[in-house]
Amino acid sequence: MWKKALSAALLATGLAASPAAWAEAPAPYQITPELEAAAKAEGKVVFYTATDVAVAEKLAELFKSKYPGIAVQVERAGSERVFQRIGQEYSTGIYNADVIETSDAVHFEYFKRQGWLAPMVPQEVADKWPADERDPDGNFAAYRAHLSVIAYRTDLMKDADAPKTWEDLLDPRFKDKMVKAHPGYSGTVMTSTFVLSQLLGWDYFEKLGKQNIMQVQSSTEPPKKLAQGERALEVDGNEYNVFRLIDEGKPIKIVYPDEGTPLAVGNAAVLKQAPNPNAAKLFYAFLFSLDAQQLNSDFGGLRSFHPDVKEKADRTPLSKIKILHSDPEKLEPEIPTIKANYEKYFGT
Amino acid sequence: MTSDIQVQALPVQGRRRSIDFSWPTFALLTLVLSVLVLLPLFWLVYYSFRSDTGAGATFANYIALVADPTLLRAYGLAIGMALAVGVLACIIATPMAWLVARTDLPGRRTIRMLVTASFVTPPFLGAIAYEILAAPNSGIVNIMYRSVFGLEASEYLVNIYTFSGLVFAIACFTFPYVFTLVANALDKVPSDLEDASSILGGKSMTTLRKVTIPLVLPAMLAGTLIAILQALTMFGSPAILALPAGFHVITTKIWSLFQFPPRLGLAAAAALPLLIITVILLRAQKSILGRKGYTVLGGKSGTPRITELGPWKWPAIAFVFCVLSLTIILPYLAILKTAFTGTVGDPINLSTLTLSHWRFVLFEFSATQLALRNTFLLGFLTATAVTAIALIVSYLVIRRSVPGSGFLGVLATAPVAIPGIVLGVGLFLSYANPTFQLYGTIWILLIAFMTIELPAGYQQMSSAFSGVHPELEEAGRIVGASRLRTLWDITAPLLRTSVVAAWCFVFVGTIRELSATILLTTANTKLVSVIIYDLNESGDLGAICVLGIILLAASFAVVFVANRVPVLGGSQMNTRG
Repeated sequence: MWKKALSAALLATGLAASPAAWAEAPAPYQITPELEAAAKAEGKVVFYTATDVAVAEKLAELFKSKYPGIAVQVERAGSERVFQRIGQEYSTGIYNADVIETSDAVHFEYFKRQGWLAPMVPQEVADKWPADERDPDGNFAAYRAHLSVIAYRTDLMKDADAPKTWEDLLDPRFKDKMVKAHPGYSGTVMTSTFVLSQLLGWDYFEKLGKQNIMQVQSSTEPPKKLAQGERALEVDGNEYNVFRLIDEGKPIKIVYPDEGTPLAVGNAAVLKQAPNPNAAKLFYAFLFSLDAQQLNSDFGGLRSFHPDVKEKADRTPLSKIKILHSDPEKLEPEIPTIKANYEKYFGT
Repeated sequence: MTSDIQVQALPVQGRRRSIDFSWPTFALLTLVLSVLVLLPLFWLVYYSFRSDTGAGATFANYIALVADPTLLRAYGLAIGMALAVGVLACIIATPMAWLVARTDLPGRRTIRMLVTASFVTPPFLGAIAYEILAAPNSGIVNIMYRSVFGLEASEYLVNIYTFSGLVFAIACFTFPYVFTLVANALDKVPSDLEDASSILGGKSMTTLRKVTIPLVLPAMLAGTLIAILQALTMFGSPAILALPAGFHVITTKIWSLFQFPPRLGLAAAAALPLLIITVILLRAQKSILGRKGYTVLGGKSGTPRITELGPWKWPAIAFVFCVLSLTIILPYLAILKTAFTGTVGDPINLSTLTLSHWRFVLFEFSATQLALRNTFLLGFLTATAVTAIALIVSYLVIRRSVPGSGFLGVLATAPVAIPGIVLGVGLFLSYANPTFQLYGTIWILLIAFMTIELPAGYQQMSSAFSGVHPELEEAGRIVGASRLRTLWDITAPLLRTSVVAAWCFVFVGTIRELSATILLTTANTKLVSVIIYDLNESGDLGAICVLGIILLAASFAVVFVANRVPVLGGSQMNTRG
């Protein structure tokens, strides 16, 4: 018992320890009346998500209007916090979550290795999703994507003064003016810190750390700090939150730097131990439906891999932006280094 | 809860067949309290010697404690912050306590009440209010400063995201500890000593300097130590204000060790020095307060002498108003304003007024209801259980009905030395494993809250008990009632006011707890304090202020009702910490 308790509480510190479960992706499924009835009988689905809470709740509302009688419990926290939470819960035998979604692709490789996911492929994903945006074994698929962007207040900073490149941020004129999210909390920032440290080297961050940057946690927060007028410039933060604030009429502009902009892919999956398996299956299929994806784009400002989603005209399409992709397999062993270096250069 | 069972079982058994329940009660309580207090500490020590990589027993965690510069820095900053908070709180609170207790300052009663109100404010809510007020660019104070003096956008008057800002924000909500202790001590300083000084020719300032201040010095020091302790072990305010400024204090550092991959061994080792510092500070406080006896040497010999302020009245009013503005009026206005306007930076006018945050919190945000229900359920359970246990323990201890009952008192007071975050780590290690499976239920939170609140409940009940003369109970015993029957029929009614007060105190303490809670909640056991913290991490200040208002309104309502229900004594709430 002691050993069991101990190893469980230590939550598999050996990320690479457990054996992988490889299987063919199961046949795609559709939403049938039987599935709907079974889901209704369960009456509830628990959604662990890292999407901004207002967007996630809006999505839940759409689901409830489509499938009345099934409540959606939205549990929103930063990606790394969702990951920490599910890890703590699973290590102590608590199975609360039905569907999980974070913006750190590493997590899903980890879940898959642990055998925590129930493989399933909604018809929509099988038909429409690009092959590299879904797990070949059907464990998860890319539910959303967004960029981590530089953005500034147009009323506090002239367009001519705004940064054009990552290197520009090191200019003394931006000292005390910037806000930035934390890789220990946000999967988006973990991803962007990784790709930028590969591209620009850690000495870039060492210099950036001397710019007296306001440190917040979630990547949803820097855009909100811009909206408040607390800082004039964000180093990183969710593109979708900026879109939403621009839609609300806030004077904010996005910069897509010349070196490229990091992309964070948010996967979603159904957990094998889901307490409401049918509602989970239904909700999972719903997440990839055109309606949900279109809502994510319109209201949430998220990017979608659904080819039929129409983006608002004023948004720069992904095809026109130089994108920095991250490789989760390379990122995973780097996590401790990234955290340690980050604390060294930014203090927390 | 054991006490509930005991009490309910009583009417069933006849008066004649009276078994003395003292011994079984004593044994049971000793067991319960030992499990509550000692088990988490045992696991804490055990894990601190375990390697985080699964390599078995190790000293590596303790080596890291002295070798890891980030941990040392966090400890250094935390200690510096706590000392600064203590000094600042003492400097603000002492003159204010003197003005309120010993001068003819108008509105003294109201001032005391307002200071008590700032006790009820959760410190993390205060910290968020100060983010709204004093963030360098969007802070309301800075916006006004710039517009009044026509300055550029980069100028600011105050910046809360600094070490000194953090010290200030914490001191604002810890100074009531010093204030209450010093004001109470001043109430008790016998006026004949001061009279003696003036008769011998001492001017009023000389009397103040040579008689009054030395007499209340122990209370000042004790209050300052409590403020230091509070600041040192606080999690919410540093997490809200220190992290954006780019530094950790020890509580936030320990919490960050829980991030994936968790380093539980190191977290346990890092928590232990905090425990030791707390014990040392408490011993210091005890030895200082122990010498306090002489302040009440003459008992309440006459009413305390009131100094007439004369021309100094206006500066005194200005000072008190300034302190109250900073600690209560401004933060509450900021919270109200943010709850009803779009974003923090918006000016107040008809176009910016909105109910959108209320709509979001009440109708769209799915965590609200669950969190409110959990919070109040736990508040009720904890308050009831703690008051019941405290009642029985203090009875056994004060009346010395069982040999060795003093030990129970020690056990009931011991948790005061365990900082919330340390207890959180200890409880997580004790109960979050496949054997107990308490993590993820509200029971682990109930255990945490009971442990945290027990010392406060016990302190209040035992001081109330010492005020009831045992002869009334002896009368009951002579007539043939058992000990518990006497306790229930005679002593408890006499103590009704204190019981209600202790209950309210524990209730308020529970719903504002964050530092242990943050490590122990899961999706189904969300509490309002935790969702406020979560929302803060994603920057939703409007929603936070709405939740804060709901939380405060509900706590005031519960306290109000508990004090008005006739069955419960219908007493008025006395001013207490």
